[in-house]
Amino acid sequence: MHLFVQAVIVGILFGGVYALIASGQAMIFGVTRTINFAQAILAILCSFLSFTLFTDFGIDPFLSILILIPAMFALGYAIYVLLLRQLSRWSAELGLLVLYGLGIGIQGVLDFVYGTSTRLITPSYANNSWTVAGFQIPEVRFFAFVLAVAVLAALQVIRQRTRLGRALRATTQNPVAARLLGVDVEQVSAIGMGLGVAAAGAAGPLFGMILSFNGNTQYDLLSKLLSIAVLGGMLSMPGTIVAAVILGVVESVVAAMISPDWSSFSFLVVLFAVLIVRPQGLFGRQLRGAL
Amino acid sequence: MLPLIASQHWQVNLLVFTVMYAGLAAAWNLLGGYAGYPALGHTAFFGVGAYAMAIGTIHLGVGAGYRPFLLIAPIAVGTAVVVLPIARLLLRTRAAAFAVLTITLLFMVQTLAYNIRSLTGGSSGLIVPIAPFPVATFERPFYYAMAALLALTLAVCWVVRTSKLGLALNAVRDDEDRARGLGVQTELVKLVAFAVSAGLFAAFGAVWAYYVGFLYPGFAIDPLLALGAVLMAFLGGRRALWGPVVGAALIGPAQQYFAYRFGASQLYLLAYAALFLLVIYLLPEGIVPTLARRLGRLRPGSGPGKAVRDQVATGSIFSAGDLG
Repeated sequence: MHLFVQAVIVGILFGGVYALIASGQAMIFGVTRTINFAQAILAILCSFLSFTLFTDFGIDPFLSILILIPAMFALGYAIYVLLLRQLSRWSAELGLLVLYGLGIGIQGVLDFVYGTSTRLITPSYANNSWTVAGFQIPEVRFFAFVLAVAVLAALQVIRQRTRLGRALRATTQNPVAARLLGVDVEQVSAIGMGLGVAAAGAAGPLFGMILSFNGNTQYDLLSKLLSIAVLGGMLSMPGTIVAAVILGVVESVVAAMISPDWSSFSFLVVLFAVLIVRPQGLFGRQLRGAL
Repeated sequence: MLPLIASQHWQVNLLVFTVMYAGLAAAWNLLGGYAGYPALGHTAFFGVGAYAMAIGTIHLGVGAGYRPFLLIAPIAVGTAVVVLPIARLLLRTRAAAFAVLTITLLFMVQTLAYNIRSLTGGSSGLIVPIAPFPVATFERPFYYAMAALLALTLAVCWVVRTSKLGLALNAVRDDEDRARGLGVQTELVKLVAFAVSAGLFAAFGAVWAYYVGFLYPGFAIDPLLALGAVLMAFLGGRRALWGPVVGAALIGPAQQYFAYRFGASQLYLLAYAALFLLVIYLLPEGIVPTLARRLGRLRPGSGPGKAVRDQVATGSIFSAGDLG
């Protein structure tokens, strides 16, 4: 029982990081109607960048987030403007493949620059943890959770309380109507993508402190992100967050109580099970049309 | 069809892989091109076929020689049948969700390959007994096997295209709900396309396993394999019968070249991705349909009637300004 609760706690904490990356992906989906297959590698790119900033320049990973967020915003914006804008003329599915291809390209560069051995960002406090009510709470995971929640809250504030946020939500709901109402859909979409990638950027260092990673980790992370997206319903922010936390918990509990080998698999089973009952995911609405 | 023009080992080897990819691209096209369902995880079935072949020759004592080739048919059919309930589930989703789930399935199969060690050897993999073919012409039987499978795949594609099944699949691609409302058996045709393409992937996987002789999960179930097949189908043209073959003929050698030239330095992925993006941006329709359209306009006696007939033949009539 003690092991179970401990695993749940750790799972919720890491689930926050997943939630951050997945929310970024949901935001990108909202404005481009394409699942960002490069979201995982972009997060890992930031893990690597944070690693370099830490080992070569001594910048604490949490602080590196301040540098990475604007940089990744710019990158996301650029990706939209350069790659995705023209594709809507042909078909939506190409966006999927383009992002997948881009992700593979980025992985190639990362493998080339950093090699294939795995890295882990280990600041001085990496192994500290507090003991609360008999349960261990690792410091790094706790602060990662706090930071992820903070960034998510900031994103929510932007979405709900600002004009930009309103424009984003309008574009997500109905781009044509938004345009008729005077929203610069192209600009807003680019910004939306920038925010989504920035979210991945913020999560990168957090991820890199908890799990050792290399270029290939992106496949594992990507499959988790995709599962979260489908489980939570791709347009729903609350759905994404809930699904991410569920993933974190299931993964952690299975790893602790059965075996780490089966943790990813078990989540996939959960996903399949949900989809039998609700093909649109927990919170989603039915998507129309094949690609 | 002629290892007569290619005598060196590396040349026949290249042909084996190119033919394999052509078949994979064409098989993928049944579901991804004709029906418009982007199945990015079909490599899972390739891996299943590969492992099935390995397990068949090792554990079931089928042995070496030509006998393993007999396993191909049961493996393919078996995979297609087993896939049916899974496909039924997956096909309830659309578009992006579907693509996601196929990739998820791929990783599930890969995890199973890693974890069920007693059967699959886990991460250390399985070694398939080497075929006792003479060294000088070692690749030939595999080449013929792949070529036969390619011919089978193209035959299947041709039959599908010229039948009601093909029209139904195109209808699913263009507007599934409307098709369903008009009485098209959308569930059934999607299922058939999925199962057939999965079975074909398994068949190719089986031959590949015997050829390569060594399997481990990351190798046999490589996400890049499906991506390569998709790219070839896109490049060559998803609407055309020979499209995937043309795509494979161009990209297959390019792929081997990249692996040879850049493989050691990991830039191979980058080169591959760059090629991929280039194809998507420059030739969204693919080579064969673009060429067909150009040629249709240049040849004498090609009036509007010919154009319409060509469009019906390639299926593109359903997309060119449809019924509103």
